[in-house]
Amino acid sequence: MAKLAELQTIAAQVRRDIVRMVFNAQSGHPGGSLGCADYFTALFFEFMKFKSQPFNKEGNGEDMFFLSNGHISPVYYSVLARSGFFPVSELATFRKINSRLQGHPATHEGLPGIRVATGSLGQGLSVACGTALQKKLDKDNSLIYVVTGDGELQEGQIWEAVMFAAHNKLDNMIVAVDFNQQQIDGSTVDIMGFNEIGNKFASFGWEVMHMDGNNMQEILEKVPQAQAKTGNGKPVMIVMKTEMGMGVDFMMGTHAWHGKAPNAEQFESAMQQLPVTELGDY
Amino acid sequence: MKKIEVTGQKDTRSGFGDGLLEVARTNDKVVGLCADLTGSLMMDGFQREFPHRFFQTGIAEANMMGLAAGLATGGKIPYTGTFANFSTGRVYDQIRQSIAYSDKNVKICASHAGLTLGEDGATHQILEDLGLMKMLPGMVVINPCDYNQTKAATIAIADYHGPVYLRFGRPKWPIFTSADQKFEIGKAWLIQEGTDVSIFATGHLVWKSIQAAEALAEKGISAEVINIHTIKPLDVEAILNSARKTRCVVTAEEHQINGGLGDSVAQVLARNLPLPMEMVAVMDSFGESGKPEDLLAKYHLDTPDIIAAVQKVISRK
Repeated sequence: MAKLAELQTIAAQVRRDIVRMVFNAQSGHPGGSLGCADYFTALFFEFMKFKSQPFNKEGNGEDMFFLSNGHISPVYYSVLARSGFFPVSELATFRKINSRLQGHPATHEGLPGIRVATGSLGQGLSVACGTALQKKLDKDNSLIYVVTGDGELQEGQIWEAVMFAAHNKLDNMIVAVDFNQQQIDGSTVDIMGFNEIGNKFASFGWEVMHMDGNNMQEILEKVPQAQAKTGNGKPVMIVMKTEMGMGVDFMMGTHAWHGKAPNAEQFESAMQQLPVTELGDY
Repeated sequence: MKKIEVTGQKDTRSGFGDGLLEVARTNDKVVGLCADLTGSLMMDGFQREFPHRFFQTGIAEANMMGLAAGLATGGKIPYTGTFANFSTGRVYDQIRQSIAYSDKNVKICASHAGLTLGEDGATHQILEDLGLMKMLPGMVVINPCDYNQTKAATIAIADYHGPVYLRFGRPKWPIFTSADQKFEIGKAWLIQEGTDVSIFATGHLVWKSIQAAEALAEKGISAEVINIHTIKPLDVEAILNSARKTRCVVTAEEHQINGGLGDSVAQVLARNLPLPMEMVAVMDSFGESGKPEDLLAKYHLDTPDIIAAVQKVISRK
């Protein structure tokens, strides 16, 4: 299947970008970024309808994406650059002074592709709900895609938005919760366990799906199913199981690489594990 | 000295409600959001006439600010409505990140500000909101003085692209500005010319300052009263021009002494024209339950307090 192989290649390159950016800056969040590389790639290269040039900040007539857990900016920046919003070479400026690629995504420096600043957790979902309302008001049938962290669900504002979206039948949204069960201080189960998150969303009136977010074949099957569930009076959420640090063995199975840069030796090891692609490094 | 004519008594929040309805009729991008205080914010007229452009958010102010940022992203001009306390302190980080830093065209409309909220007491009487909001880069901060001016400001801010904090209040208050005024953001308004002292006042205390100027005139003191309806951006030129003439300054506001209009004016004077200055404001304390007029008297925000501040500052010349 050509499409599958092509997306897997892009995701592999996105993973190399993530590790190179975080190593280059000696700061940033590789773990969650690596875990979400497959889903971001699928959204930006297969499912979302948008025009990257020129970037239309209002997003009218386009699908819009919101990253609520802004700290996984490396994966976001990589897919934005590689889908044409800005030059791939600009990834080298990540977290450096005078860069448009701020530590957490921001509109302030005018980076194409970003529509709201996120980083302080729990806010992006509310903003996404606002754009979903706006699209309904303007009879724009495009969709709103959102990614939130699972640790982020500990923020109270998330549940204000979850309640609002269901009550207002925002059925033009697909929200993927990055269910990697890790947060800065440890596993989500130990820090603040929330049992089965899908049930919580379902009890608020959401359409709930489950998906392996590190299996491109499954993503290609499940996202169309999620899209098919839109327009039926309920917002759609996907419990997206991922592995933090996916693709780099020493970053997996732990919360340690939530927000830590590899040293030179670790970087070399990661680069050997992540396959070189024909797309080339930035 | 000219006589300032009072044409009626109305709450400034009604000016917001009437202004919102009027601007919504001519600008179809205007939408309204309210966190379960539609009647208190006088947004029910807007809700009735434009039910599809009104969003009830429930008691969830943080989400309301995010929704407004989202609606603004797609080109709408959202007006959020709740009490000043819940419009600022409760949702400061949401405003900071999703609205101010993200440069969203959101109008944060805040009622029941200050002590004149009255009987509900200090939990609701925010006296820190001007300071909180003026510290945010790019935020415009407006505190109109009466019904007519609040209505005019509510209409005018739709034509300004960027985040705005619009503060108003609950009690019926004298109306003394014109119904057909053109509101200019950032333009101080000379109400009463004078030569001995400049009184820079904002919000409800503009009226108290007018009364103080009338009483001072009887004592032979010529007070200039200037309405600083926009605390940010501050009309530096108007402040300096008046201060150059009178050589001393009093500020008056229904706000903490820390962070309010007085601080902003003091900064202008210190950097450009150091002169004696007194501030009529709440002296680093919380409020309490009571009738608005009784509270203004107890916390020294009343006409006699402005008169005393003027006499003191003139003695320091």
